[in-house]
Amino acid sequence: MSNFLNVAPTTLLVLAVLILTGIAYVSARSRAMSSAGGDARKLHSLPGYYGYNAAMLTAIPALFVLVIWMLLQPVLIQNAVIEMIPSSAVSEGSSVNLVMSDVRRVADGLNGAVKSGALTADAAKALTAADDVRSVLAGTGVALGSDVTAEVLAAAQRYRGMQSTGQVLMTAVVSLIAIAGLLIALRATTKTFRARNMVERFVLSLLIVAASLAILTTVGIVFSMLFETINFFKLHPWQDFFLGSKWAPNFRGDSDLSILPLLWGTLYISIIALLVAVPIGLFAAIYLSEYANSKVRAVAKPLLEILAGIPTIVYGLFALLTVGPFLVNLFGRGEDGILGVDWMSGATSVLTAGLVMGIMLIPFVSSLSDDIINAVPQSLRDGSFGLGATHSETIRQVVLPAALPGIVGAILLAASRAIGETMIVVLGAGAIARISPNPLEAMTTITTRIVSQLTGDTDFASPETLVAFALGLTLFVLTLGLNVLALYIVRKYREQYE
Amino acid sequence: MTDMPNATPKNSLLRQDARTVKRNRAETRFKAYGIAAISVGLLMLVILLVTIIGRGTGAFQQTFLTLDVQLLEAKLDKKGNRDLQDIKKVSTFGYAPLMAAALEKKVAESAVESDLKPKEMAALLSKDAAAQLRDFVLENTDLIGTSVQFRFLTNSRVDGYMKGRVTRESIANDKNINAAQLDLVDALVKDGALEKRFNLAFITGADASDARPEAAGMGVSMIGSLFMMLVVLALALPIGVAASIYLEEFAPKNLITDIIEVNISNLAAVPSIVFGILGLAVFINYMHLPNSAPLVGGLVLTLMTLPTIIISTRASLKSVPPSIRDAALGVGASKMQSVFHHVLPLAAPGILTGTIIGLAQALGETAPLLLIGMVGFIASNPPDGIASGLMDPNSAMPAQIYEWAKRADPAFYERAWGGIIILLVFLVTMNAIAVMLRRRFERRW
Repeated sequence: MSNFLNVAPTTLLVLAVLILTGIAYVSARSRAMSSAGGDARKLHSLPGYYGYNAAMLTAIPALFVLVIWMLLQPVLIQNAVIEMIPSSAVSEGSSVNLVMSDVRRVADGLNGAVKSGALTADAAKALTAADDVRSVLAGTGVALGSDVTAEVLAAAQRYRGMQSTGQVLMTAVVSLIAIAGLLIALRATTKTFRARNMVERFVLSLLIVAASLAILTTVGIVFSMLFETINFFKLHPWQDFFLGSKWAPNFRGDSDLSILPLLWGTLYISIIALLVAVPIGLFAAIYLSEYANSKVRAVAKPLLEILAGIPTIVYGLFALLTVGPFLVNLFGRGEDGILGVDWMSGATSVLTAGLVMGIMLIPFVSSLSDDIINAVPQSLRDGSFGLGATHSETIRQVVLPAALPGIVGAILLAASRAIGETMIVVLGAGAIARISPNPLEAMTTITTRIVSQLTGDTDFASPETLVAFALGLTLFVLTLGLNVLALYIVRKYREQYE
Repeated sequence: MTDMPNATPKNSLLRQDARTVKRNRAETRFKAYGIAAISVGLLMLVILLVTIIGRGTGAFQQTFLTLDVQLLEAKLDKKGNRDLQDIKKVSTFGYAPLMAAALEKKVAESAVESDLKPKEMAALLSKDAAAQLRDFVLENTDLIGTSVQFRFLTNSRVDGYMKGRVTRESIANDKNINAAQLDLVDALVKDGALEKRFNLAFITGADASDARPEAAGMGVSMIGSLFMMLVVLALALPIGVAASIYLEEFAPKNLITDIIEVNISNLAAVPSIVFGILGLAVFINYMHLPNSAPLVGGLVLTLMTLPTIIISTRASLKSVPPSIRDAALGVGASKMQSVFHHVLPLAAPGILTGTIIGLAQALGETAPLLLIGMVGFIASNPPDGIASGLMDPNSAMPAQIYEWAKRADPAFYERAWGGIIILLVFLVTMNAIAVMLRRRFERRW
């Protein structure tokens, strides 16, 4: 962590660059004014733009280099130090990465000891494995799991050395770039210099960078999951993942990791949720857009939409503590229960999660359908009324068919929401992976398993952890597919009205 | 004159025929379905809110036992010099006997018949009570040697009994409390020493371990959420506005612009847990940012909120009429100046509204926080300073609620519902501000 944010010296460096930037603004502005003889009208741009131009040239390249340096330095140092660790130093059941994290901890601990004054800089350099490094570091609050071997200590010393060299080099390079930028900008500052165009071009490129961040996020999502998924399939046969029938992760190895039971649970819960949400949402939308007067509409629509604004953790708790026990009372208490049957053993079940998720999706279906029904032109309704149809006949035979592509799109979007929903199923659906038609049994879903495989201690070298990325990628592809399909249906089948 | 048809007409406008009756019935039914659907939706809302309020308000009250404690100098400050370092050496074990003695004295004074052993009596108090007394003494060392009235937290079972969660029937298999102890509780209630009071510590305090639900609070996780929201605001607002300005005002119609637009609308529909995976892989695994840090949570939520902010910002930029831009260009402003000096200020209220709604969404989001490790530990220390607030492990409000929901003790469920009330208060406030801003500044052109 501290190799990414070497706080104190780096902060000072940033501060220095910012001060230079301030100087650049003031001096460039006054230089421009004096080159025009104090008459701003003779300048090409407003005087401020000359200042901005100089400030920009001073700060941006320097800070850019600084950020790149901070991102690259840990990687480069790590690669250099890893070569120092002989394979003999890597004990059985460990890995180079684990040894490397020891090295980092020792190095950070020594840095901390020097900073807090427990060790002098020279004493820290002179430490050998014979000295009890572990107890020295324990004194500064760094707890090490085992004694420090000579190799690790040597690597740690090298690591520290390279860190401090890197720090010095970075400070020098960044300040040089900042000063160079300042000088270049000042030289260019004359009354005919097109400062505004420069600044505006720069601002435009900033805007473009911000807009591309969306692409970067998508690329990040896809690649972060793709790489780990490839790693997963190197460790685990893909046939088992896609075609197996059992989900039984086992951290000692030899796990069954098949997505099919999880997919079944996910789809089953989503279907129940849609069975609740689609009729209620659709009829609510029809009533609100076709029958309700504006007063009812103004009250009921926002109230329904509150359901969409409630965080999913609330629904999760509602499922676990209210709906689940209620269903158990209904179906699972034997003679004591309301129905006198004993079909359900615990509060978590497919039905619990599905019902609650259905409630969550009602406003989703209703407000999307509402918009779509409202977009059907009045002339179609008037035509139908003119032929003598009743209001409901008009809706069923004219309005709904016209709105159908949009409504199907809305349902698909709701389905994609249901598949990707996490908190309701984590709390309400249970943790047992099984393929069963009984909605009163606990089942588990893709999102639940992602959470359980990635919380707690994660080891990025075991298939049991990496499978979460394969699941995540499947989820991403699934929801993306539904969204694209929804868009496609809406675009392809939408009737265009004048 | 033609013959009047003397056959009565088959059809009359005054009497509906069978088919019309059927059609009208269908009409009524159809309308009733709609009303039923809306009623079901609203009923669910009501049930949800009633459940939350009914189950959660209990968390804001806690049972306290008021006792006169002798702060014996011989126990707490053996040297008698009131040196803080020496007093700190006395651990909570040193305070437990004082509390036990105070409780025994209370029982004796109030003429309550009880044959409980002192240890069983002391079990009525929270495991956290000794620590609270110690903190109090450390702050008021001059009170050592005197007798003070102190309000002790009681055990969660006693609290549950006072709130009706624990009954005499339900404790049959409970090792933590027995009927004789409940008798003593009843007697102490009658005496006035034991009572429910408003519990500020639930709002301001830190989380507590599994064995002491009565001491757990939301305060520290609220600070965690606050820091995350600061990160989201500082990153998502400028980036989102910049991206929207480019797409709405400058972007040429070409393939790349199309790709960006499709991308943004798709990102808005990506499940939130996928952003959690991204955060784990990129921010924690690759960049080695600390686990459980609000900074990482903020970064993940920023990526998640960006599409929302971009979509609403573009809508409000679009609603600024082109005449404003043309007028600015007409008097010699550059395109960039027309946007930044004229369009953006006019769109600002809409942007602000969208940002607040995006923030409210981010505040309630839980799933990505689970993956970057903001659950599974006890958020017990409030951060000291901004750097510590961003980098030190912390929880967040929804993650804290999840954490409580997972614990087995029903006393934590009450706290989870109470936490939801606090969370909803924040969300309602934020949305109300957004609505107010919209009403106040909305401009029709």
